[in-house]
Amino acid sequence: MPDNAPENAPINSKVYADAKSALDGLAFDGMTVMSGGFGLCGIPENLIAALRDSGVKGLTVISNNAGVDGFGLGQLLTTHQIRKMISSYVGENKEFERQYLAGELELEFNPQGTLAERIRAGGAGIPGFYTATGVGTIVADGKEIKRFGDRDYVLETGLVADLSIIKAWKGDARGNLIFRKTARNFNPMMATAGKVCIAEVEEIVPVGALDPDNIHTPGIYVDRIVQGTFEKRIEQRTVRVREGA
Amino acid sequence: MPWNRDDLAKRAAAELQDGFYVNLGIGIPTLVANHIPEGMTVTLQSENGMLGMGPFPYEDEIDADLINAGKQTITELDETSYFSSSDSFAMIRGGHINLTILGAMEVAENGDIANWMIPGKLVKGMGGAMDLVAGVKRVVVVMDHANKYGESKVLKACTLPLTGTKVVNLIITNLGVFEVKPDGSGLRLIELAPDVTLEEIAENTEAAYEVALSA
Repeated sequence: MPDNAPENAPINSKVYADAKSALDGLAFDGMTVMSGGFGLCGIPENLIAALRDSGVKGLTVISNNAGVDGFGLGQLLTTHQIRKMISSYVGENKEFERQYLAGELELEFNPQGTLAERIRAGGAGIPGFYTATGVGTIVADGKEIKRFGDRDYVLETGLVADLSIIKAWKGDARGNLIFRKTARNFNPMMATAGKVCIAEVEEIVPVGALDPDNIHTPGIYVDRIVQGTFEKRIEQRTVRVREGA
Repeated sequence: MPWNRDDLAKRAAAELQDGFYVNLGIGIPTLVANHIPEGMTVTLQSENGMLGMGPFPYEDEIDADLINAGKQTITELDETSYFSSSDSFAMIRGGHINLTILGAMEVAENGDIANWMIPGKLVKGMGGAMDLVAGVKRVVVVMDHANKYGESKVLKACTLPLTGTKVVNLIITNLGVFEVKPDGSGLRLIELAPDVTLEEIAENTEAAYEVALSA
């Protein structure tokens, strides 16, 4: 049990009291961090804030997106704590664009499916794989091309990180997690590909409360778990109007 | 009269078939969902991890955990399933999606497509577009025939960084419809928008094409 676990935490608990203490001893300058989420959906809001408050610099961040100005990973851009991003789409962030065009930020674009598979492979002990995605484009520049059957494929490598920070819906003290709706996205693979994984959840439930058949991420991948509070900001609030309303 | 945005979406919807699993891109392609023919079962895949996408929510149904790939709030259906991004792209890369409808900046006569980057200008990223064009069985592009400077977007060869090579099957523009010949040897003009003439197509198209109008 962690020294700073809540008093009522069970033995063999991975539960930490808050995001700050969950991050204790893990953050260092120049580290590589995987951060879950798609857009602002399913992002580890509390751990991103804790990473900001830790003051670590020179981060390489692997995340599908880069948040928006001032929220999500945008917070770490504002403070210039990120040196490099590995992402598939960063269109929602003006500060990102400014820093990149000014040469202050390094950027590696990966096709979204390639990024997802690189993380999955990294966590599964697979150092590389071939995919047709990106063949004939700048994504394949300098990479090995191999022909299987009548088609060319490009060699992509697995990704691992010093730390992965992810967000789930519910979890237990043994680190078992379930996600909710499209907030799952990159979180399950990232859980597997960090040397250490911290999960933040909306609710920590008693061990045994989650149906074993419905656990999305088995606890073996999760080293620390913390219950957070979430703003859950929405990027595009699209609605329809009830007829007759 | 050239097709407007809604006409384009309606024309693209004619490519749907009963039982299809379909991924729609952002912009005009998203509007195709409004034109799924009555009685036809079409399942929409959203690459952020959802199969069976429903319409936009009513105000009191909004759920921050439920968005599409354009980050818009949406709803689920009875048939909906959720999965991770790696599972989602296994569906896409693995050839399990029947059709994708995407926007584009440029398309070439051999089926090359560029739709993600303008060097020195936009820095947004390709998102899932490269995986979609590489993995989905049939790739339909919906776009304006010319860019804002009046230059053809249907080209002999793309000038912008590519999204994929020899991957496009059908090009629907505001002026008409081109088929990319399966052997990659060029385009066939198969349809004109109402009142658009062959001369108008010729003036606005850089790519070479055969005229093969059906009606």
